Amino acid sequence: MSNLAIEVARLGKEYHIGGPQKSYHRLTDQLADVVAAPFRRAGKLLRGQANGATELNEKIWAIKDISFQIKTGEVVGIIGRNGAGKSTLLKILSGITDPSEGYADLYGRVGSLLEVGTGFHPELTGRDNIFLYGAILGMKKAEIERKLDEIVAFAEVDKFLDTPVKHYSSGMYVRLAFSVAAHLEPEILLVDEVLAVGDMSFQRKCLGKMDDVAQEGRTVVFVSHNMGLLQQLCERGIFLQRGTVHTDGTIAEAVDAYLQTLEQTKTLDLSERTDRKGLGKVRLIGVDVTNGSSAILRTGHPVRFIFQVDMLVPGLACNFNVYDTIGQPVTSFQSRVRGPEDASDPENGLKFICELDELLLLPGRYRVDVAIIGDNRLQDFIEAATVFEVAEGAVRGRPVQPDGKFSVSMSHRWTLPTDR
Amino acid sequence: MKDNALTIPSNLPRTRREASKGWAWPKFRELWEYRELLFFFVWRDIKVRYKQTVLGAAWAIIQPFFTMVIFSLFFGRLAQVPSDGLPYPIFSYAALVPWTFFATALTQASNSLVLSSNMVKKIYFPRLTLPIATVLAGVVDFVLAFVVLMGMMLFYGLTPTINVLWLPLFLLLALVTSLGVSLWLSAMNVQFRDVHYTIPFLTQAWLFVTPIAYPSSLLSEPWRTLYGLNPMAGVVEGFRWALLGTDTAPGPMTLVSAVVALILFVGGAFYFRHMEQNFADVL
Repeated sequence: MSNLAIEVARLGKEYHIGGPQKSYHRLTDQLADVVAAPFRRAGKLLRGQANGATELNEKIWAIKDISFQIKTGEVVGIIGRNGAGKSTLLKILSGITDPSEGYADLYGRVGSLLEVGTGFHPELTGRDNIFLYGAILGMKKAEIERKLDEIVAFAEVDKFLDTPVKHYSSGMYVRLAFSVAAHLEPEILLVDEVLAVGDMSFQRKCLGKMDDVAQEGRTVVFVSHNMGLLQQLCERGIFLQRGTVHTDGTIAEAVDAYLQTLEQTKTLDLSERTDRKGLGKVRLIGVDVTNGSSAILRTGHPVRFIFQVDMLVPGLACNFNVYDTIGQPVTSFQSRVRGPEDASDPENGLKFICELDELLLLPGRYRVDVAIIGDNRLQDFIEAATVFEVAEGAVRGRPVQPDGKFSVSMSHRWTLPTDR
Repeated sequence: MKDNALTIPSNLPRTRREASKGWAWPKFRELWEYRELLFFFVWRDIKVRYKQTVLGAAWAIIQPFFTMVIFSLFFGRLAQVPSDGLPYPIFSYAALVPWTFFATALTQASNSLVLSSNMVKKIYFPRLTLPIATVLAGVVDFVLAFVVLMGMMLFYGLTPTINVLWLPLFLLLALVTSLGVSLWLSAMNVQFRDVHYTIPFLTQAWLFVTPIAYPSSLLSEPWRTLYGLNPMAGVVEGFRWALLGTDTAPGPMTLVSAVVALILFVGGAFYFRHMEQNFADVL
């Protein structure tokens, strides 16, 4: 017999198109809108984009008709692509925004870590910020005082406790913020992608802390893109697609379903993809992974990644991350980090070309997430912009076999003992 | 997956997230539960207010003091504006002290939600704490300016009468007015950034429709009572009466001011509550 921790029933959230995207409103905009709206509607009717009163309301459902129950002590991972409604769901659960329909009941104190350190004030010292951030997260002063030593020790910032955090390195900043948050002891903890920060050893420490939280019988809801992490931490997974529950089962089932649909979308034309993030001034319009001559990529052979964008802006850069079939990150490429062999070729036009002399990935399927940066802002981000397959090959003449567990091979040589 | 045996825990409080319809009660109880956070916000605002400034907290005095100097020169000397029989500098400064508190509160608080948009979008905490803390943090500036006022009274040889016991009430009136206006403006500013551009004009206009550079005794009844519709008129004349013993004892005008301030505050709280459900979506 278990206790109910969270009950979500027919939950839906409707956004006015232009509402969430437009960062601010002006009265004049609204007035202009009042004048323009009838004409726009008429135009839409003429072009056949709308036919009834309901469609004239330009609204979208970020999530719709979501229902599930979570029992006390369960650790649940929420997965899904950008725009699938994960963050909206978490925002509703944490109370940041109200749903448009349905309800969510939460039993016990709720703590949410949606972005670590947003409450920090740069001018205040580490100590001051612990109290401030703790209070924002809903801790009582006495509680923070009691845990102060623990928080400081966990964050490893004791020497800088009385330094303004604006002088902290980003690592220290994040460690301190996470440490405060980790010492919040709610019955229900909502976590959004916070572990994607900090160095490896601290990440491991955070994971340990998260595990402890779960062991203590508290309920945790995780949102992450890191499938490996989720599989490590969660028992149950809920996969959201286009605002509804696609799969609700064990974490392995949910991740499988997610990865399958990810690959399916690859067949979609990039221009038809709407699950993007970023400002959108520059868009990625094409991705190609080739082996120069043949279409088959082989371990140890050269490979070219070609990314086509639709516009040139200052500071344009392309980053792409490669993931394996279970969603574990494998490697990442960044055009902004320059090497002596990098060049600009006016002949290429609006193309980023990334050339590898030898592809050091083991045979298997890999997914590529692409980010385009320009004007110092994220312009476009597409998950699974492409998926490619690597066939068996050889690295410097050494045959490479597929391996279920590993995904990278390295060129190397052995010196063997001789038996005289 | 669905385990029907799940029981609703009886020992834990239930929080329900659902669509709020129409006009709801302001979340004052929640604000009380988060009073420590309110305290921390006030403390933060005070601590960082004059960071990276050369003159620091002196700014709290410079603003009303130099306004007083300018008013004394141009309105007092040049235009010979009457000052209820008092030296013009102290007459205007006694009004500028509560006025500066109000004007600063309104300017800073109207921006409080927008400036903390990151937090509002990422963490849940009672949103009321932001504008209220900003207003309360201004009390420190008020106290500093007030000390100067006492110095000036000493200088002019003015001793406060027994009326001074009423001063806290006028301070409360100033506070309620500031909070009321701040709640309206901060919530409005989230939706309409026009507010941001209106504030300088609004404070300037309000300064001149408040009896700061001139006495309200220029008006005869019933206009004087009507003047109380500007709650700051009640505050300013109340301050003068309590401290300097002017002939502006609390009367119908003060009453009107108090009622208007209360309406502003309650209306502001309801408006804020009505708007706050969208803050995270709009910011």
